[in-house]
Amino acid sequence: MQRLLLTILLLGIASPAHAMHISEGILPFDWAAFWFVVALPFVAIGIRRLNDLSKDDLSMKPLVGLMAAVVFVISCMPIPVPTAGTCSHPCGTGIAAILVGPFVSVLITSVALLIQALFLAHGGISTLGADTVSMGVAGSFAGWLVFRGLRGMGAALGVAGFLAGLLADWATYLVTSVELASGIRGEAPFLPLFWKIVVAFIPTQLPLGILEGAMTAGMVTLLYRKRPDLLVKMRVIKPQEAAIHA
Amino acid sequence: MPDRKRKLKIVLLHIVLLPTVLFVFYFFTLAPKPWTGVDEAVVEKIAKEHGREARKPLIDPGEGDLLLFLFLSAGAVGGFAAGYFWRKLVSEKKG
Repeated sequence: MQRLLLTILLLGIASPAHAMHISEGILPFDWAAFWFVVALPFVAIGIRRLNDLSKDDLSMKPLVGLMAAVVFVISCMPIPVPTAGTCSHPCGTGIAAILVGPFVSVLITSVALLIQALFLAHGGISTLGADTVSMGVAGSFAGWLVFRGLRGMGAALGVAGFLAGLLADWATYLVTSVELASGIRGEAPFLPLFWKIVVAFIPTQLPLGILEGAMTAGMVTLLYRKRPDLLVKMRVIKPQEAAIHA
Repeated sequence: MPDRKRKLKIVLLHIVLLPTVLFVFYFFTLAPKPWTGVDEAVVEKIAKEHGREARKPLIDPGEGDLLLFLFLSAGAVGGFAAGYFWRKLVSEKKG
């Protein structure tokens, strides 16, 4: 019954997304190529890391599969933001980076973005590198670093998850602004255009970041209840914390 | 008894949740806002001001409901995949 409800909900929310992936042709060729070069090593390390994880432990495969599906669905889910009157989507990279590591999260994101660009007209093939850097690299590493940093300082799982999701989302849009400003500015100075784009993103992304934070905190907490052993394996929590829960 | 309490809680949750969701949806339809995506409202608008325009995608879904169908299919496949892997993760613990 719960699975049926989940499926119906997911079918209901799926509709053509108008969101932040940079569309085909927006970036000039040299900038599009530059972002591909930046993204490539992260994706390559992600493939190696995924192979290592799969060799070590077969139970990682369902977790990676789950995260891939979550990133794919979440990043093409338009959410209306009443404060702005526009729609945008969360990224899901914060939670993916926390659970499977930032490099595997970059890999997952690049695959999700490729499928979206090819079949859903969401983002572009020429801008795939730029979109991978903003959503995959910036989102994953921001989320992962914030989560690890806060946990290291003794923050609760939910609080660290919330802030990781929030900052992963905002980091994505900051880097999108950098990519856009550097690509389209021509002879115009970089900084005024960068700030103009950031300010234009704020009404939509400020509340959406909070939503992404809540989603990330919810998912981390849920997995802690259901599979604390997996969180120990991925070094999200210490074995003592899992023992307390058990 | 705990089962009855749980059922009561679920019923109460639905009594509160369903009208809230309906109201929120109704509120959204009333609002005189375009609900365009930030790609149109921000990215493409500012890019156009600087002489860059979005090109047609490599595989163009064109006009009509084809894109809606594709998103619906992608949502269904993604949803089933998420549910399948979640079940695998949770049932592995029991097994």
